[in-house]
Amino acid sequence: MFARGLKRKCVGHEEDVEGALAGLKTVSSYSLQRQSLLDMSLVKLQLCHMLVEPNLCRSVLIANTVRQIQEEMTQDGTWRAVAPQAAGRAPLDRLVSTEILCRAAWEQEGACPAPGLGDGHTQGPVSDLCPVTSAQAPRHPQSSVWEMDGPRENRGSFHKSLDQIFETLETKNPSCMEELFSDVDSPYYDLDTVLTGMMGGARPGPCEGLEGLAPATPGPSSSCKSDLGELDHVVEILVET
Amino acid sequence: GRRPSRGDGDGWQRRLPRDRWVGQKGTLLSAATAPALAPTPRPAPSPCASHPVPGPAPRDPRPAIRASRSSPSAHPGRPQPHPAPRTRAPGGASWARLPARPPARPRREPSPEEAEEERPPRPAPRSRPEDARRGRSLRSRPWPSSRVSLAARPPPPPPAPGPRSRALAVLPADRAPAAPAAPAADQGSWCLCQLNGAADLEVSEADIISTVEFNHTGELLATGDKGGRVVIFQREPESKNAPHSQGEYDVYSTFQSHEPEFDYLKSLEIEEKINKIKWLPQQNAAHSLLSTNDKTIKLWKITERDKRPEGYNLKDEEGKLKDLSTVTSLQVPVLKPMDLMVEVSPRRIFANGHTYHINSISVNSDCETYMSADDLRINLWHLAITDRSFNIVDIKPANMEDLTEVITASEFHPHHCNLFVYSSSKGSLRLCDMRAAALCDKHSKLFEEPEDPSNRSFFSEIISSVSDVKFSHSGRYMLTRDYLTVKVWDLNMEARPIETYQVHDYLRSKLCSLYENDCIFDKFECAWNGSDSVIMTGAYNNFFRMFDRNTKRDVTLEASRESSKPRAVLKPRRVCVGGKRRRDDISVDSLDFTKKILHTAWHPAENIIAIAATNNLYIFQDKVNSDMH
Repeated sequence: MFARGLKRKCVGHEEDVEGALAGLKTVSSYSLQRQSLLDMSLVKLQLCHMLVEPNLCRSVLIANTVRQIQEEMTQDGTWRAVAPQAAGRAPLDRLVSTEILCRAAWEQEGACPAPGLGDGHTQGPVSDLCPVTSAQAPRHPQSSVWEMDGPRENRGSFHKSLDQIFETLETKNPSCMEELFSDVDSPYYDLDTVLTGMMGGARPGPCEGLEGLAPATPGPSSSCKSDLGELDHVVEILVET
Repeated sequence: GRRPSRGDGDGWQRRLPRDRWVGQKGTLLSAATAPALAPTPRPAPSPCASHPVPGPAPRDPRPAIRASRSSPSAHPGRPQPHPAPRTRAPGGASWARLPARPPARPRREPSPEEAEEERPPRPAPRSRPEDARRGRSLRSRPWPSSRVSLAARPPPPPPAPGPRSRALAVLPADRAPAAPAAPAADQGSWCLCQLNGAADLEVSEADIISTVEFNHTGELLATGDKGGRVVIFQREPESKNAPHSQGEYDVYSTFQSHEPEFDYLKSLEIEEKINKIKWLPQQNAAHSLLSTNDKTIKLWKITERDKRPEGYNLKDEEGKLKDLSTVTSLQVPVLKPMDLMVEVSPRRIFANGHTYHINSISVNSDCETYMSADDLRINLWHLAITDRSFNIVDIKPANMEDLTEVITASEFHPHHCNLFVYSSSKGSLRLCDMRAAALCDKHSKLFEEPEDPSNRSFFSEIISSVSDVKFSHSGRYMLTRDYLTVKVWDLNMEARPIETYQVHDYLRSKLCSLYENDCIFDKFECAWNGSDSVIMTGAYNNFFRMFDRNTKRDVTLEASRESSKPRAVLKPRRVCVGGKRRRDDISVDSLDFTKKILHTAWHPAENIIAIAATNNLYIFQDKVNSDMH
């Protein structure tokens, strides 16, 4: 899935030609590699949810790697500034948002851009869908996608992430990391379900905004007709008895 | 509370290969269809599937047995009454009683050469009756019959004595002797003794070996697989009649240790894969071992029986109740000799002790207690008590968000019953003394090597995660395996290991790819030899490595059918990394990362090693240097 053409060299082992050029190019290729590593790690973290109880050791190691990259990116300044309302929260919240975003964005072939990271989890899709949250986060290019009738897969994959968001909103204690490692009931989703967005378009959630994304029906008239036909059928059966 | 067991597999067919649940002739066997041979088994107290209690079957009368059965005891400690023997398996395979003195071993391969040829298709189902009674066939694992036996044909008389020709002497006469590989004495001259396992390219996942362990004398070798089955091999005693059949490991017993379970609370499956087997020191005629999957540890007792009582008053020979009107006199049952039979029964089931996945178990030197470690906690059990255990290490943080380190392996000290060590995913070892406190969260000693700043990368932490820790037999040293190295630690020095050996440093530049394909999380085991002079560990491409601590020489050998000619000395392999490439070298990019040797074991006293390569078990022996030094 991650068949990128990037060279997969680790820090300190760069032998590519770019290293000979100005430091700028080296830095950019390094940050690209780092970004791809971050994306890969987030996908791995997410995947390990789906199957038999995930291997805790592996999850912890991947999460630590993600944290490491995150810290480095923060130091570099490539990690976008935190939205004010998220400032008071634990740094791990950023990880939370990263994960949620990447879950939703996963269907878009892992395009989880760096700017999307680091904002509180009120950003992005959540802010568009859930006006209940007091999100003042800057508009994100991705958000426009969610506003429109995005492809069904995106919506399908939303459900898990949205459920989690709603859970965290309810409990007011975002603890997505706990979801990773918790030993309590965790939602068990079929891998296929999430991958294919099989949930059949948006299910009405407790959030108004979501309904705005309900799949386009074929047309009110045709649906009415079919409804009427069904109604007749039902009445027939009832009358017969 | 106790959860009901799921029965005999109806719900699992979506997860498990179909052939596991089909008995002979395509019928789905279940406890109901298996013949009732014994009193109805009482329900097992733990959430394990209960097996029907099979009776013993007449087996071929070789002193080393084949038959096995597993009978759950509702009341551990009380053996099942010995039922009448001899019933017929469903499907018609009739195991007629074999003559008392067999002329030859019935299931041997005819000759090494034939064994090497294209294996003929197996005959129609050969599942043994006790397997049928257990409700499933033994899948496709042809342990006894596909074994490459090297002792079948008596070898020609050795042409000339001498260390080098000794390796050649045992080849059959009509076969051109292999080119003599002159092994360096310190590299040892390992040859393939035995190879057990199916030769098919398609490996059933249930047959993948997940653990290998010799017992304390080396007489028995136990293997566990992903399908929850345990196979025990017994070493043939050396006999003068057939000197070259010395020390072969034959199948002693096979039993289903763990079944897949379903955790209803979490809606997750609990795999039946055997994570670890540990033998208990033998205290009487019976052998005992602990086997564990992710959640449940079981104590199995392996006994031999060569006598059975005959002349019951209430039951006839077939085990059926007699019509009381026909009983005219009472008799005392008499013990009569019978074919030797091996019985395996679960004596204790230690369940519900762990929230996370058990990664190691270790029997204490006091032979009364043992510990089991999962990702975050270590529990101490008493071998006789199943309903409670003591938590001795707990590294679970109050807030799971703060979790950054897990326990990866643990072991008791071989001599000091109060000391144990556990390793972590951050590469540290903690030696704990149980006398210090009830909860050994504070370590007595912390063994940690400072990070090498020049080698730092995003993967530094992952590759420093210790996958296995083993005390030396002397108790003075510890051996740890992380992704790229094995290290020897002196218990008296915490600052750094005393020896570090590179297992496959050529992978250091490939870490990103190995991270992507998850190979970087592979957990390799390591082993000491009996004299603590050589250490061994596995690698990829079915390679395994041995490091001699005294001479500082190391060797890479391969466990594969192609490169292991019977009796020929294994040729050392080399991975070239771009420098001068020799003829038989293999390049790093040609390594097969799906063929990994994770589990290895070394005989406690002799130079015999057991290597698990996916679904195959290789037993190598160094006949030249058979004494350890």
